[in-house]
Amino acid sequence: MGTVAVHGLRKSFGKVQALDGVTLDVPDGSFFVVLGPSGAGKTTTLRAIAGLDKLDAGSVHLDGRDATGDTPAARDLAMVFQSYALYPRRTAYENIASPLRARRCSSSEIAAAVERMSSLLHIERLLQRRPAQLSGGEMQRVALARALVRSPRAFLMDEPLTNLDLKLRVEMRTELTRIHRSLGGTFVYVTNDQVEALSMADQVAVLKEGKVQQVGTPTEVYERPANQWVAGFVGSPPISLLACHAEGDRLIGAEGWTLPRPRWTTAEDGRPLLLGLRSEDLSVEQRGDASLSGELYGLEPLGDRTVVDVRVGTEILKVKARPTVTGTPGERLHVTVDLDRAHLFDAGTGLALSEAGR
Amino acid sequence: MAGSIDEAVSTGPARDHTRPARRGGGRGRAVLEVALLAVLAVVMLFPALWMIETSIKENRDVYAIPAKFFDFKVTMDHFRDVFAASGGGRSALSVSFLNSVVVAGVSTVLATVLGVPAAWAYSRFAMKAKKDQLFFILSTRFMPPVVVVIPIFLMYRQVGLIDTKLGLILIYAAFNVPFTIWMMKGFVDEVPAEYEDAAMLDGYTRLQAFWKFTLPLLLPGIAATAVFALIFSWNEFVFAIFLTSSDNVRTAPPAIAGLIGGTTVDWGLVAAASVVFALPVLAFAYLVRRHLVAGVTLGAVRR
Repeated sequence: MGTVAVHGLRKSFGKVQALDGVTLDVPDGSFFVVLGPSGAGKTTTLRAIAGLDKLDAGSVHLDGRDATGDTPAARDLAMVFQSYALYPRRTAYENIASPLRARRCSSSEIAAAVERMSSLLHIERLLQRRPAQLSGGEMQRVALARALVRSPRAFLMDEPLTNLDLKLRVEMRTELTRIHRSLGGTFVYVTNDQVEALSMADQVAVLKEGKVQQVGTPTEVYERPANQWVAGFVGSPPISLLACHAEGDRLIGAEGWTLPRPRWTTAEDGRPLLLGLRSEDLSVEQRGDASLSGELYGLEPLGDRTVVDVRVGTEILKVKARPTVTGTPGERLHVTVDLDRAHLFDAGTGLALSEAGR
Repeated sequence: MAGSIDEAVSTGPARDHTRPARRGGGRGRAVLEVALLAVLAVVMLFPALWMIETSIKENRDVYAIPAKFFDFKVTMDHFRDVFAASGGGRSALSVSFLNSVVVAGVSTVLATVLGVPAAWAYSRFAMKAKKDQLFFILSTRFMPPVVVVIPIFLMYRQVGLIDTKLGLILIYAAFNVPFTIWMMKGFVDEVPAEYEDAAMLDGYTRLQAFWKFTLPLLLPGIAATAVFALIFSWNEFVFAIFLTSSDNVRTAPPAIAGLIGGTTVDWGLVAAASVVFALPVLAFAYLVRRHLVAGVTLGAVRR
């Protein structure tokens, strides 16, 4: 059990600024997800917390105590690596026992702890095998067991599910949430998969180019993205962004369309804006007073739903529709917009406009 | 990861098997190839064959004209003379062989103990001008030993290392450390650093992580590297002849060379000593035969 706080982390590799002032506060017992595209500095942040790399600047506090200069061993953390990093010459049992051996636990304690972990993760049958004799999913479970076998201050997980196939990944998502609930403890979990972030996290920190873009609950990050980039990164299919500006009680699109101005926005007339519309807040099936006209550009049937691409001027809108929807490309259609759920961003800075009036 | 020597450095021999005899000449060309290779083999192997023959010939047959290729009396007297002095007791040659074992062995151990941790550090840590440092280390091998032997001789005379086994051990270790660093760095690079990261999070120190988790994976590479260092020290002649003079310090190469000269040369003894001298090298070269090829193309062999 413990809190993890990092402040002003800076780290560069040659000319690349991997971390550019990262500050995060991980509350005790939370499932904290660091989300970002590859190269955003997620792994570097995690390695900084673990004490594996030297920082250019910044501090790491564990349980409120400054641990910036501590060795990894002294920090009392556990980590799951993306590559699992299971010791190749040792059996699964010896791998799981390693953190306990390093801390000089008695062999009876070790045996009991390994047994407890292997039953929690359903790997009892695999304990005498070596990593080379394990499948990817099995290695993943052994790596998890090695991290979870102790009760450290926090568990660090570096994209632990990335190397698994889709079905296993979905399964392990649920499993990890279950483990977090049953064991407690603070999890700092790094991923580039927004579905993982939204489905597992208590708190999400979105990272881009070594800078924190937004920290919040999954709902906050999805419903109130702090800027245009977060809005585009979180959510699938990605949010559609249309250039426009406000004029009186209208929003005038750069492509010539007009929509009623959302009641909550306070943007002054003429300021260049971006209107962000998520696919589920658009509809081609029902008519409302706020609508855009365009032509059908393409259909992406996804089984449970179909994504309709609608071209408005030169811009493409992604619209969520029922799987039964049909149409032919080029066909004219109207897209109804739920303006109460729309987002507005400053076109210059990309920052979300105040939604105080919402 | 360096699971075994063969795995870590794959040389992929005999790739020509897959190539059909389509290219010009076909069968005739193959015959020519075999013929030329046979001529080359005879030229290369004849001295070795002659050495072995001479070592088991009686003295009368050694000097016979015309030379006797097959019809000679076999004797082991020369080999006895290599090890035993004529008046009883140990011969000077056998002492020199023992010196070679000590000098080559200790200098190899020293080079390995110094070079392996250095290679690990160069592989794992970020440091200033790492490439320049590595190039500098390699550049010490560019120089032919004979260029530095005079300054070394003068320095050794000053510090009293002339004509000592320790002197030879130090100079051989100095030559082998750069080689060990370069060869071992390749092996260390093959072992993921994450094993050590994981071990440190388990609660081990960095050195414990290296010792318990990385080092065992490096053993095949260390063995191969050590054999190379051993062969270098065993064969070395220039420093040995300049820096040593007394029989109880001399290593085998100058001792064997010393048998030639004077009014009469006991060629049987020279040949027998050479055979004895060559055997360890042959045995070790056989053990690391794949790496001999890799060593020639060092740096080019990457996966």
